Amino acid sequence: MMNAENRRTAMLLIPISLVLIGYVLYPSIETIIESFKSQDAFSFKNYEDFFGSKASANLEALWNSVWISILSVFFSALIGVPLAFIFNRYDFPGRKFFSSVAIMPIVLPSLVGVMAFMFLYGEAGLVPNAIKDLFNLSEVPFSIGGVSGILIVHAYTMYPYFYMTTSSALRNLDPSLEEAAFNLGSNRFKVFWKVTFPLLTPGLVAASLLVFMVSMASFSAPFLLAGGFRVLSLQIYFSKINGDLEMAATQSVILSVVSILFLLFMRWFQERKDYRMASKGIGAHRSEVNNPILKWTMVTIGILSMIILLLPHATLLILSLVPEGAWTWQTYPTAFSLENFKLLFEDPNIWDPVRNSLVMSFIACIGVFVFGIITSYTLVKRKFVGKNLLDILVMIPWALPATVVGMNLILAFNEKSIFSFGSILVGAYWILPLAYFIRFLPLVVRSTNAVLEQMDDSLEEAAKNLGAKWFYTFRRVVIPFILPGVLSGTLLAFVQAVGEFPTSVLLYTLDNRPISIEIMNQLRMFNIGQAAAYGMIQVALISIVIFISDKFLGIKAERSL
Amino acid sequence: MSSVQLTNITKKFKDVTAVEDLNLTINEGEFFTFLGPSGCGKTTTLRMIAGFYYPTAGTITFNDRDMTKVPPEKRNTGMVFQNYALFPHMSVFENVAFGLKVRKLNKSDIKRKVMDVLEKVRLEQYYDRQVSQLSGGQQQRVALARALVIEPDILLLDEPLSNLDARLRDQMRTEILRLQRDFGITTIYVTHDQVEALTMSDRIAVFNMGKCQQVGTPLDIYNNPVNDFVAQFIGETNLFPVEPEITDEQIKVYKLKDSNFKIHAKHKKSEISDDKHSGLYMSIRPEAVRLKNEKMEGNNVVEGVIEIVQFTGASVHFFVRVDKSITVRITRLNKGPHTYFNEGDKVFVQLPEEHIRIVPKAGE
Repeated sequence: MMNAENRRTAMLLIPISLVLIGYVLYPSIETIIESFKSQDAFSFKNYEDFFGSKASANLEALWNSVWISILSVFFSALIGVPLAFIFNRYDFPGRKFFSSVAIMPIVLPSLVGVMAFMFLYGEAGLVPNAIKDLFNLSEVPFSIGGVSGILIVHAYTMYPYFYMTTSSALRNLDPSLEEAAFNLGSNRFKVFWKVTFPLLTPGLVAASLLVFMVSMASFSAPFLLAGGFRVLSLQIYFSKINGDLEMAATQSVILSVVSILFLLFMRWFQERKDYRMASKGIGAHRSEVNNPILKWTMVTIGILSMIILLLPHATLLILSLVPEGAWTWQTYPTAFSLENFKLLFEDPNIWDPVRNSLVMSFIACIGVFVFGIITSYTLVKRKFVGKNLLDILVMIPWALPATVVGMNLILAFNEKSIFSFGSILVGAYWILPLAYFIRFLPLVVRSTNAVLEQMDDSLEEAAKNLGAKWFYTFRRVVIPFILPGVLSGTLLAFVQAVGEFPTSVLLYTLDNRPISIEIMNQLRMFNIGQAAAYGMIQVALISIVIFISDKFLGIKAERSL
Repeated sequence: MSSVQLTNITKKFKDVTAVEDLNLTINEGEFFTFLGPSGCGKTTTLRMIAGFYYPTAGTITFNDRDMTKVPPEKRNTGMVFQNYALFPHMSVFENVAFGLKVRKLNKSDIKRKVMDVLEKVRLEQYYDRQVSQLSGGQQQRVALARALVIEPDILLLDEPLSNLDARLRDQMRTEILRLQRDFGITTIYVTHDQVEALTMSDRIAVFNMGKCQQVGTPLDIYNNPVNDFVAQFIGETNLFPVEPEITDEQIKVYKLKDSNFKIHAKHKKSEISDDKHSGLYMSIRPEAVRLKNEKMEGNNVVEGVIEIVQFTGASVHFFVRVDKSITVRITRLNKGPHTYFNEGDKVFVQLPEEHIRIVPKAGE
């Protein structure tokens, strides 16, 4: 039976399926096919090579990726969870300020963050050298690089996942539960292990898996810091650069399998364990710290961690003020000026990447905005067979490491195809906006899903009951309701697209080279100041977006509920 | 204004039958209530009338127009949802004006009509508020105004009072009734609250397990329930399983199951189609039972002990145990402390023949 509702669902599903099949499924399949090709014939040779003794580098890279990721989870949790406890459970001077600083790492795009760390703690970094000079040492006392560098950068950039999930879990935890446990005679220790911790586990596990996935996919940190150390995401890039597309495809498939397994495990776990609190109107529950020694210890810890957290941002700012040639062989920069920022607006060669990034991200974001709304609406509000399949299809680009998304596009569009309207996209301008679109589509769909799930079906029904046709209802009721959520998701996608490095480095051409590529080029030319100035632009953009989402969209979203 | 006719309506959700073979006629201008416990099919029926579900079988007609497959936006019904479904991003005025804008009325007409209806629901001074700034009762009235302003043929109310507190509920009951009488609009009201149903309706349809058990006026339903479900669901009652003993034309005697009490009952033949029904119950309302501390004349008198006394203000409830398995519930108006019995008192209970109804077990 094909009634009006089903027809409408079908009309929505056709464009969604076309786009998802064309730009998500088809490229993935092309990669899988490529991985089974050897001299244009079907074979398992690539996989034999991967796991065989012939190229032990691959297996080593996979193993390195895994243990680096496990350690990243461990260190991120070690920083994030205690910080969340201190800032949410105790009240002391400056608590609010410190807790807002604690999420500052998220305003640093990965490449920029890694760069800041290199110049802070690297061999020629400011901190080791400052200590060396201060204490008249003959050598720098420590420096990061290789594995330690990757781990420190990972812990710094990924602990906010733990911090945020633990904080929100703690805020949602009904204090009466702990009070009930105390009332029944448990001591502090027991209450923590028997009540608080079990209620935090779903969030912690979710954060662990997320950090694991993100660090498996991590590209910028190993790219700049690894040296001879091999990780899988980087191996894909090297295989591609060396022209071995078949091996790059095979490595992509293996990395994808690991990531998707983790995604599935995460979904399964989240569905299995869902302690949603029944009680409403939970008040924050903080104990004031009265012991003066403890209080000032906490304030000191707060200030120290704030300094450590903000040092990369400060470094970036300082570096961006170093004009070209003012810091080459010297220990410290020798001059400061605004020249790098001036050049941005004066030298078209330097401005071009900024413009490219903004334009391409803008195009991609219009795409994710429109397509994200339609997809999310269809997923949440429409009934049809195969919904789970569509849901998985939309989330694949989220589970896939960025490097793999880039490889998929290369393998799918290095020849003519109907989805590229008969042209070769690799080497063309449009492939980067397309890559950004695919990369950040899940982000917008997820944030839109969240608001749409809040919207009761009766709202649409009420509009229909009052005589409104479907499109009128969609335009006047659904869109205004979800707009704040969709916009904040899209803005986030925009800034991430501006900072995107892994797909950019695989797909850019001279005409569309984005900021991140130019940062890399400037670093290669030891023009650190200009690279940092680019970084500052990205940081500023992200800060503005977070501010807008928080102040305007956040408030608006609250009011509409 | 329209009458509504449901003919042989069945609605299935996959394997679950929500409504089965329903036949109902709702007259023009009538206040008609669907009453039943949750999951009985009353809301499903309402949503079929609104057009949000299409029946699996059967037809729906408004006046004589077949509406079975007409989409909801073309039915001209005004619905008030349980959660009100007010558009959170619009003001009170914009909410009420929504249906008129859809109908492409010009601005001045919209303004006039909206302000008129807001005055009717006594919210005219709140027209520029955001709906989230209103109290529950006010939101309820906005929802009513929004449904009424489009001059619907039928007003549909889906448990509109269930989210309000008791006092406000009383107030809104009168308010809805007043508006319904003012507009003279055919109204279908869905509720699980028997007090609402009894006080507001012209007629009530009692639903259970997807089937309509009885249709009738509130008086009818309360005094002459057709089966044990209706007797039990509407009002309080004493319900005991019985077996027929003597079934004479005039006098009938039944035996309470699992005991030796004989029950004499008077009733017209038509009330039960068949005495050899699978199961029979006797039902008597607590306020009809007589209670004294000395033996009474007549049939159906038994001795018992007061087990529980509940004081509710206007009335007093007594639970009298007359047998191991039988407790009779009795309600008396509060006529002063000297009329009260105490727990443990020995008393006599009479179940007057003329108030006893013998009803069959509700069909499966």
